[in-house]
Amino acid sequence: MAFNLSIEREGELKAVIARYPVTRSALLPALWLVQDETGFVSDEAVAYVAKTLDLPEADVYGALTFYTMFNRRKLGRHHIQVCTNICCWLRGSEDVLKYLKAKLNIDVGGTTKDGAFTLSTVECLGACGGAPMMMVDLEYYEDLTPVKIDEILKNLK
Amino acid sequence: MDQILTHNFKVMNAARLNAYLGRDGYRSIQKIFGMQPEAVINEVKASGLRGRGGAGFPTGTKWGFVPKNLPLQPVLCINADESEPGTFKDRAIMERDPHLLIEGIIIAAYAIGAHEAFIYIRGEYFRPYLILQAAVAEAYETGFLGNNILNRGFKLDVTIHRGGGAYICGEETGLITSIEGFRGYPRLKPPFPAVKGLYGRPTVVNNVETLAALPYIINEGAAKYASVGTEKSKGSKLMSVAGHVNKPGVYEIPLGMPLITFLNEYAGGVWKNRKLKAVIPGGSSVPVMTAVEARDTLLDYESTAQHGTMLGSGGMIVMDETADMVMALKVLSDFYHHESCGQCTPCREGTGWINKILKRIIDGQGQKDDLEMLLKIADNMVGRTICVLADALAMPVKSFITKFRKEFEDRIKG
Ligand SMILES: Cc1cc2nc3c(=O)[nH]c(=O)nc-3n(C[C@H](O)[C@H](O)[C@H](O)COP(=O)(O)O)c2cc1C
Ligand code: SF4
Ligand code: FES
Repeated sequence: MAFNLSIEREGELKAVIARYPVTRSALLPALWLVQDETGFVSDEAVAYVAKTLDLPEADVYGALTFYTMFNRRKLGRHHIQVCTNICCWLRGSEDVLKYLKAKLNIDVGGTTKDGAFTLSTVECLGACGGAPMMMVDLEYYEDLTPVKIDEILKNLK
Repeated sequence: MDQILTHNFKVMNAARLNAYLGRDGYRSIQKIFGMQPEAVINEVKASGLRGRGGAGFPTGTKWGFVPKNLPLQPVLCINADESEPGTFKDRAIMERDPHLLIEGIIIAAYAIGAHEAFIYIRGEYFRPYLILQAAVAEAYETGFLGNNILNRGFKLDVTIHRGGGAYICGEETGLITSIEGFRGYPRLKPPFPAVKGLYGRPTVVNNVETLAALPYIINEGAAKYASVGTEKSKGSKLMSVAGHVNKPGVYEIPLGMPLITFLNEYAGGVWKNRKLKAVIPGGSSVPVMTAVEARDTLLDYESTAQHGTMLGSGGMIVMDETADMVMALKVLSDFYHHESCGQCTPCREGTGWINKILKRIIDGQGQKDDLEMLLKIADNMVGRTICVLADALAMPVKSFITKFRKEFEDRIKG
């Protein structure tokens, strides 16, 4: 099935393209709009972006695999990403990860059976002052404790 | 010392234009329009301001490299990629005082003759992005940005460009290729961006904090800014501090403050009444210091260099006596291995091998010559690559192993 952005996002993409001297510069913004729309970037979406920006599909795939925030497959409704870099590690990210794995009964990379959560690890998110921390979708949650994690997940479901 | 970068941090709604204007915001813009661009550059040179993105290069001098009277129009890129582990100070500026950044951007653009500015913000900074976007929109509405700023004939468009999750796009040429719509591969220098950068045009890349210092320099004068700090490291610096301290966070200090004073009086000291074991003073890429070395180090470019490390981005990582240095280095190597863009063999292979050997040591499979091997690989990575990401792992490897060798040896012996 051919991919299309909503009318609103398509308008946004046109406006974005106009802000750059070179159309190709709209590649990352276009991928963001696609991911906002469907939660991941499908092969059909790649074809759409390539056509809209007049780029070879291979270039779009090249960027997709380079930038880690773009998903190539559908994830759970919420994407939990636990920072495991140095400052978070120093303040207990290993325990956070262990707690989440047990609570959700999945491993890193897995999705819960009900499709609610996908669990990943991630590099430093620039919130080291609130370590240990995680990002759920695009929201930061800092100074994590088991009680806090329970509460966050309850409010998300 | 005046709060040069943080004077609005505790003000309600400081991110909104009204509150900012009420605090004397955008005052410097009227002033620069009465100056020649060259005079603005000279003022910034006289202030002694150095780049706060990590390298500490003098800002006015960098601006001076932009060739004059080229047919190609210069561009300003704002580095808001902030992905160096331990560093979270630019986020504080963007969230708490975004108009201060925009004011700084106008000053820099005017000085170098740029009419387009691109803010490259890391993709994960979605909240800061929304705040910044709202501030940019306000600035357009009130005529601080756009075709004819304050009716003084200067045009400037600011576009915010969200990254997609790649540390290497913080390196200035990686940032440029990324905005151009490619994988964020760094490019060989020379040519330097100031001569040939974004779209082949002269390009200045400046860090968020660097630009945020400009309004003060213009308003209060270079001499007043330069009166803060030391002989060679002038002005103030935003430090972010994390790890084993009581009060992690972002603090503004005059350059030259003793590290220990900062640690105890700002960061609240080492947590849990434990002893200090090690400090990484300027983001994860700089050499680690022992507690003894930290004792008489000052937080400025020269003193950190004399002690074999760097002020870097000002992202301080503190480790107490219980910290496992082998594991800490393994965690860092995970990061650099993951983030190597793969263009240069010594970096791609080196980060991979270092990571593999450290994992094996952690797993109890370490071998007798592993430490020598790690040091040798690190040596072979330095100065032989397109960008310095390779050095950014080599330096921690060398400093961790040299300074905490016994821990590594014990782990290998098992
Ligand atoms: C691997 C690597 C990552 C970097 N990441 C950043 C970054 O996230 N933010 C930044 O301002 N500078 C970063 N830099 C430094 C930039 O290349 C550049 O020196 C800086 O943006 C210049 O701005 P300044 O002169 O205002 O400091 C990085 C450098 C390297 C080698
Ligand atoms: S040093 Fe590493 S990160 Fe830098 S360009 Fe080479 S391979 Fe890429
Ligand atoms: S180390 Fe986790 S946010 Fe920086």
